Amino acid sequence: MAAQTPAPAIIDKTAPRAPRRLVFEVMHDWITTVDHKKIGLMYIGYSLLFLLIGGFEALLIRIQLAIPNNSFVSPQAFNRLFTMHGTTMVFFVGMPILFGFGNYLVPLMIGARDMAFPRLNAFSFWISAFGGVLLYFSYLGGDGLYGAGSAPDVGWFAYAPLTARVFSPGHSTDYWTLALLLSGIGSIGTALNIVATTICMRCPGMKLNRMPLLVWLYLVTSGMVFVAVSPLTAAQIMLMLDRYAGSHFFDTQAGGSAVLWMHFFWIFGHPEVYILVLPAFAFANEIIPVFSRKAIFGYPAMVAATVGIGFISLSVWAHHMFTVGMGAYANTFFTFATMIISVPTGIKIFNWLATLWGGKIHFTVAMMFSVGFLFQFLIAGLTGIMLSASPFDWQLSSSYFVVAHFHYVLVGAILFMIFAAFYYWYPKMTGRMLSEKIGKWHFWIFLIGFHLTFDFMHIPGILGMPRRIYTYEADRGWEVLNMIVSSGAVLQTIASLLFVFNLIWSYFKGAVAGPDPWDAWTLEWSTVSPPPPYNFAVTPTVESRRPLWDLKHPDDPDSNYEM
Amino acid sequence: MTIIRVWASVVGRPFQFVLGNNSTSIFAPAGTPAHAIFGLSMLVLGIVCSIFVVVAGLLIFALLRYRFRASDSNSEQEPAQIYGSNQIELSWTVIPVLIVVVLFLATTRVIFSTEKAGKSKQKIDVMVIGHQYWWEYRYPKLGIVTANELHVPVSDSSNPTPTYLTMSSADTDHSFWIPRLAGKMDLIPNKTNVMWIDPEQAGLYLGQCAQYCGTQHAKMLLRVYADTPTEFAAWVARQQKVAVEDPSATAGEAVFQHNACISCHTVSGTVATGRFGPDLTHLASRDTIASGAVPNTRENIRAFVDNPAHFKPGVLMPPMHLSDHDLDLVTAYLTSLK
Amino acid sequence: MSGTAVVPHASAEELKMPSRGIVGMACLIAAEAAIFIIFVVAYVFYLGKSISGPTPREVLDLPILSTICLLSSSITVHFAVSALHHSKRSMCSLWLALTVLLATIFLACTAQEWWRLIYHDGLTLQTNLFGTTFYSLVGLHASHVVAGLLMLSLALFFSLRGQMTAKHTERLEVLSLYWHFVDAVWIVVFLVVYVFGR
Repeated sequence: MAAQTPAPAIIDKTAPRAPRRLVFEVMHDWITTVDHKKIGLMYIGYSLLFLLIGGFEALLIRIQLAIPNNSFVSPQAFNRLFTMHGTTMVFFVGMPILFGFGNYLVPLMIGARDMAFPRLNAFSFWISAFGGVLLYFSYLGGDGLYGAGSAPDVGWFAYAPLTARVFSPGHSTDYWTLALLLSGIGSIGTALNIVATTICMRCPGMKLNRMPLLVWLYLVTSGMVFVAVSPLTAAQIMLMLDRYAGSHFFDTQAGGSAVLWMHFFWIFGHPEVYILVLPAFAFANEIIPVFSRKAIFGYPAMVAATVGIGFISLSVWAHHMFTVGMGAYANTFFTFATMIISVPTGIKIFNWLATLWGGKIHFTVAMMFSVGFLFQFLIAGLTGIMLSASPFDWQLSSSYFVVAHFHYVLVGAILFMIFAAFYYWYPKMTGRMLSEKIGKWHFWIFLIGFHLTFDFMHIPGILGMPRRIYTYEADRGWEVLNMIVSSGAVLQTIASLLFVFNLIWSYFKGAVAGPDPWDAWTLEWSTVSPPPPYNFAVTPTVESRRPLWDLKHPDDPDSNYEM
Repeated sequence: MTIIRVWASVVGRPFQFVLGNNSTSIFAPAGTPAHAIFGLSMLVLGIVCSIFVVVAGLLIFALLRYRFRASDSNSEQEPAQIYGSNQIELSWTVIPVLIVVVLFLATTRVIFSTEKAGKSKQKIDVMVIGHQYWWEYRYPKLGIVTANELHVPVSDSSNPTPTYLTMSSADTDHSFWIPRLAGKMDLIPNKTNVMWIDPEQAGLYLGQCAQYCGTQHAKMLLRVYADTPTEFAAWVARQQKVAVEDPSATAGEAVFQHNACISCHTVSGTVATGRFGPDLTHLASRDTIASGAVPNTRENIRAFVDNPAHFKPGVLMPPMHLSDHDLDLVTAYLTSLK
Repeated sequence: MSGTAVVPHASAEELKMPSRGIVGMACLIAAEAAIFIIFVVAYVFYLGKSISGPTPREVLDLPILSTICLLSSSITVHFAVSALHHSKRSMCSLWLALTVLLATIFLACTAQEWWRLIYHDGLTLQTNLFGTTFYSLVGLHASHVVAGLLMLSLALFFSLRGQMTAKHTERLEVLSLYWHFVDAVWIVVFLVVYVFGR
């Protein structure tokens, strides 16, 4: 096989690494860069930093809840912790890390030299980054005139009228609003860039139906950003007008409606879940086939299911509001919409299963995380069906069951796939392999910690424990469960630190990766690792979905089979 | 519906055995809405568990059967490439759609049977008003105003006496959740929601606010007392009276009335008519104070009046800064309000 | 099939890609449209829910002149683009100038309307729900008109200095797309606020 394969370096004659430069020069280089790869890496680095901060907040929350009637943190501090944890994880970890991988991978996978609008790309990154810094600045500057509260404490969905000046004096809520507004502008900018890049910058031969599935999923995700993040931006503008200009959008004293905010927030909030999970699916679509050594099963069905999820996800938002009193007819509609979205999601799981079927599965760390993702996403989907049956949700909504359910999605599915993506693309990004040995420890410790925490977290919800309480009574039968949940959090922390150590250690000591360590099939593996600023010395031409497969198997190219 | 009930009694048994012994378990239903939800829950749980077993089983099989073995004779070769199959895609689209339809129909029945239930003639009406960290209950037909401890009659299935709760909020959003009686319903300012409960056994049902409402959300506890008809009638009669005048507590009453207490609290039959805090007319008849946070004892009342934030940090009642002497007098007055 | 999958060669089937400027603007319009939809929903949701006056019926007049101006500016900007496309540069300047003039009249009309509402009818953002939703929706649109006006003025400036040539047609077209969008939003605002909501 190796003999027939033209070394990718033939395609890409790149000068060896540039000589060492001053720290200042390097910094200047990164700050002023418009290179999609550097911006992607900055996105990733920035969200990793926030992942550690958000994870630390989660750890504090779990220490407080480990035993009943605990006074490790004050109620005020606890409320700030869960608000900051949620806001950080969604807006300053989830979104930027996914946009980071998108930024890095999309141009490489479609054979482009950069994004469509490189300067807009840099602007989007810096404005999002500024949003995150602003949010945390609230810990210092959020006191305001009234000295009330520092960091925001209104919860990550900030239900009105708790955010009104009367109930939230001081400036902490303003920091929250501004941070989200800025991050929203950044997200819309990046999404615009990804769409324009995908539609306008593909290399010759890269028809829409030959794009890697990752690119397809990023296209759909980005399209959803326009229709989902914009409503949040609009709602934030309204909230700011309420707080600063004295308008009455969500002012219940003047006839305003608290429910309107809920609608606006969840019109953003639910598609947001899919905005976050589609890139995770995208990673799975690349990693699972490579380590099963098989083409993805049912490419057209995967695309159709993705587009289907994109559309249906816009009509399910009010399943977060079954207890708001919307009436039987609205509850019925949103129950149906929510249940039906499980069909395209199921199609995806079945297609991954069929991709594994008959393959030769290599259990690298990236694949182990992907397998964890498959099981956990299956469970998360099934608990989602339980919650979609609105009467069941009348019991479970706002309880720890819900917290367990969405952490199963966000950690069990999305974070697991992000870890997988790191193990898979780190060699491309740095030129070094991540240590598989440390990686296996990372995987197993994290897996055990994850299941200790989030499996057992479902049960207190069934036993009547609501979310967002800073303490609970000893006689409710929740204490043992909470102790188990908290102990899992400690294991997850250890595993995450191990992962960070692996990232740093491997950068200096990891095995040299070469251009194509996984024997993969998409275009990014045809350049050297890390790729040069211009990506491809000459623009590639493709004739199938797996250009490198065609190159490695000239006798049996993919283009013979694709429809 | 009958099928669901039979199914629930079979499938629900193990769940109830493990999780049903708890005072706030949703798997220990004790009222019609909670029973209906429990039945549906068991149907949904049964279906999703079966799906899990099938799909996870296939996944495990595939992972074990098709793992790469270096010892295989053809380990160097790539496996056969399969690109897809429209028939298979169609089958795993249609089967989930059918399952969804079944689930949806069952769910719809429970939604309508609970939300559109015909009103019973013999019913109790209660207005529930959420306040930051406490509950206000008003019985408009009975002329009772009370706080934090809701008394309702037990509802006999042959002669049902359900309680209809008309809910709103005075400030932020709250949610009323007694897991053993019914699902939760939010209390939202400027909006009126209705739910109903019909406890089938006498006793105390616990719950708590389930929508984050501010600093002290955690200690906004709920207590629903399901009384037998005679107990309930006696309770109503007691609550309808104005506050008892205990001669030994007049000094305390004077302290109460000459401080800021009366601008927030009502004691019926006196000058205290504030609406911001809980009605204290029959405070001593309650089991707990501070919205269920601590038992109603003399020491706790004294400590609470001295510094409410001691039990409930973030509570809206300010510390009253009374002298020890006045504190004792007020405590004596409050404990006299039977 | 040969083994030259990624080796560069002139592909037989050259893909026709759309211009990235136009795609980018289409994306921006999608996002902006979603923002406007939320503000329109808020306006409609709060129609007639104000606790105190004034009501739309009492204080709003049909802005006929400004509507005519804004809608015809869509036509003039279109002519400007096609003039530039045919290298008629002075015609392009003329049409751009006319567009700028019409947009300015529109803004002047809005300013006059707000002046009257604030000082004569006493309606501000804080007065009631109508004031809140009216000023924010119309103001959001007006801020988009201002942004468009600035960019059109810039285009006019370059055009007058003779720096705009036929090869810039696409850029002017992107700008005109934005302008058409702003006009289309006005039709919605006009119908919702001044016709059905009154």
